[in-house]
Amino acid sequence: MEELDELRGSFLLTDPAMPGHPIVYASRGLAALTGYPRRELLGRNARLFQGAATDRAAVSGVREAVRAQRAHQVAILNYRRDGSPHWVLLHLAPVFHAADGRVLHFLAVQVPIAPASPPRRHPGRPAPLAACREEARGEEELPCASHVGEVFVDIDKRGLEAEELRIASGCDKEMALSTANNIFSTLNRYSKLTGLVVCERRCDSVGIPALSSSLNLSLGRIKQSFVLTDRHLPDMPIVYASDAFLSLTGKDFCCSNHLTYPGYSREEILGCNCRFLNGPGTSAEVLEEINQHICREEACTVHLLNYRKDGSTFRDLLHVSPIRNSSGKVAFHVWVHLDESAKHDFSGLTPEVWQLGAVGAVRVAVRSLSASGSLLRPSQ
Amino acid sequence: MKLTIKRVPTVVSNYQEDAGERPRGGCGRNCLGHCCLPVSELPVYAFKANPTKLPLQEDAVPTDFFINLLLGQWEDRMTQGLFRYDVTACETKVIPGNLGFVAQLNEGRHLKKRPTEFRVDRVLQPFDSAKFNFTKVGQEEALFQFENSGSDDSYFLRSAAATVADRAPNVVAINVSPIEYGHVLLIPRVLDHLPQRIDQESFLLALHMAAEAASPYFRLGYNSLGAFATINHLHFQAYYLTVPFPVEKAATQRIPLAEGGIKSGVKVSKLMNYPVRGLVFEEGNTLNDLANLVSSACIWLQDNNVPYNVLISDSGRKIFLFPQCYAEKQALGEVSQELLDTQVNPAVWEISGHIVLKRRDDYEEASEASAWRLLAEVSLSEARFEEVKAYIFDAACLVQSQVEEETDDAIYAPVPVGPSAVGEGCLVIP
Repeated sequence: MEELDELRGSFLLTDPAMPGHPIVYASRGLAALTGYPRRELLGRNARLFQGAATDRAAVSGVREAVRAQRAHQVAILNYRRDGSPHWVLLHLAPVFHAADGRVLHFLAVQVPIAPASPPRRHPGRPAPLAACREEARGEEELPCASHVGEVFVDIDKRGLEAEELRIASGCDKEMALSTANNIFSTLNRYSKLTGLVVCERRCDSVGIPALSSSLNLSLGRIKQSFVLTDRHLPDMPIVYASDAFLSLTGKDFCCSNHLTYPGYSREEILGCNCRFLNGPGTSAEVLEEINQHICREEACTVHLLNYRKDGSTFRDLLHVSPIRNSSGKVAFHVWVHLDESAKHDFSGLTPEVWQLGAVGAVRVAVRSLSASGSLLRPSQ
Repeated sequence: MKLTIKRVPTVVSNYQEDAGERPRGGCGRNCLGHCCLPVSELPVYAFKANPTKLPLQEDAVPTDFFINLLLGQWEDRMTQGLFRYDVTACETKVIPGNLGFVAQLNEGRHLKKRPTEFRVDRVLQPFDSAKFNFTKVGQEEALFQFENSGSDDSYFLRSAAATVADRAPNVVAINVSPIEYGHVLLIPRVLDHLPQRIDQESFLLALHMAAEAASPYFRLGYNSLGAFATINHLHFQAYYLTVPFPVEKAATQRIPLAEGGIKSGVKVSKLMNYPVRGLVFEEGNTLNDLANLVSSACIWLQDNNVPYNVLISDSGRKIFLFPQCYAEKQALGEVSQELLDTQVNPAVWEISGHIVLKRRDDYEEASEASAWRLLAEVSLSEARFEEVKAYIFDAACLVQSQVEEETDDAIYAPVPVGPSAVGEGCLVIP
């Protein structure tokens, strides 16, 4: 988990399978925020941050989310090691195993919440040394403009009215979300070593709308390696993957059709975000460029380094394009991949035109079939 | 008296607007004219000489290659911004009903400019090089050449001299005002400046393209002058639509043929229970036989000044022929203002059941009944149709057998491939 040490932010990971549901990882930011050295946190339950004035309802909300294995966000009053209380936005998210859907960890991100009014200067009152779940106010640089003036706040001078309810700002929530995203990305980039693909949500087809059989049939005729994602669903999951795409993620040593190391199965990736293809060598700038184009509903072609299931890399010629259905609005994005290091026979077409052929075929299928109302299964 | 109507012509090429302004010869840009094309290179798709089911050789292109090539090139031109609008951003729907008319709302297809006068009483008009024609089109709008491979296998050359054969190249180009995704133009022998009139060789070329695409969802169409062709330079149109066209679902009644007419193996039927009267030609021993027969019919029509539209469907195995009279009616003031206001010009795609509407109200209120009403105006009357049919049979050396077949009932044409449920049974003519 050393790779997580590179990340900024205050967060911890727990292991629900072990007795007592202990903390198994704490970031350096969390240590700084709460005043607990990391070694003191490992093995303890996270309730150590809570204290006398911590709202019981908030605690019970967290407990309920853990039990239900779902994400949760709440502003809560926590206590540092020295007993001083502070407000944090707690962002809780389960980390699922992509293949079998079990919860591997809980991720808890703590984002300090700034006071709404200037802090009153009270002499610091020592609070009882109770274990609280306190959000740590990190002294590292924060991206939000509103925090610019408070980059480094001297803990001793802060006087907080413990009973004063704090509300997390939009900025705080974004901060929590982006920290969580980074953690998931990092976990995935190194999952090749651990052998695990992880997901922010249980990656099965229950959560995503099923494509109709006629659309599946039409898409099934397209030979190129591609997936369809749906931006309207949380975390933009994959809703379709071609057979060629599954093969692309496997390794073929014999230059035949028989894969010596099979790629991902459809079950493993349907419902997941595409980031499982990325790894340490994947350029973050390129990923950002793709995101920008997706937000602007524009197409883009990029070269990037991606990872097969066995952890080996390949140079990917990737074309991403918005796909509209018969309403004229964007329904999906298509991601057409091409392993540039592999041998291909395009019968004279350039690789780019060959890829664009897949885009065109997807457009025709999605547009026509949705016009006749047969895009989704009737049970939807 | 010259019969004309005023219309805003459809812009099919980005070079159409300034057609009159450029000097001929040495135009200084890559066009499809004599000045540029012979020294240029375009990809060449060489189709199978005999499109029957033969085992493929190793180096032949795979069966979906043609579709990949066409759609891939088309998408490439999309990324280059060559189209006047993104047709996939236009709403479209299948209208509930027995036939399933397809309606599209496209407010940007028609230009907001002054309409031009079109002569609608002459189906055959001589080629006028001063007017816009396809040699004035820039090469970026051309996707590939389409030539006969002369062998049993298709092949593709990414780049080849444009005059790879001894004759003028056939070019496939984009339609910059597409009706649907993948809308292209097939221009036979572009350098020969053929006017918009069908001949056997060009018609056979169009059938070959349908056969090569090998998809029931890829159709070709033809509009004669007077039947809403806007450019007097020989061309066919084609695009993909992954649903059956209403006309493909309509009932047909086989016309029994006497001995002589059966040689070619072509079967002829009459369209039943469809707003526009038409003939259906299918099968045939070879593609050539089918092309011969249908082109003879077309040639009679154009020589005798009857405007018509042709739909090539089912991978070139089924051809619909629609003689029509809407433009003439319009010129004589016989079309209701309500229909004129929709500004729908019933060319081959509209007649086949794919209707592009310009106004949102028309789109929201589109129904099978309203589509039927519009298309019924296009059709020849029963009497006139029978008259024309008799002439066509003569021209194609067909003899209608006097023997009635046992069943007088309309025979349903089977739907080739269709995901939607179609109501069985005959339509009641309103």
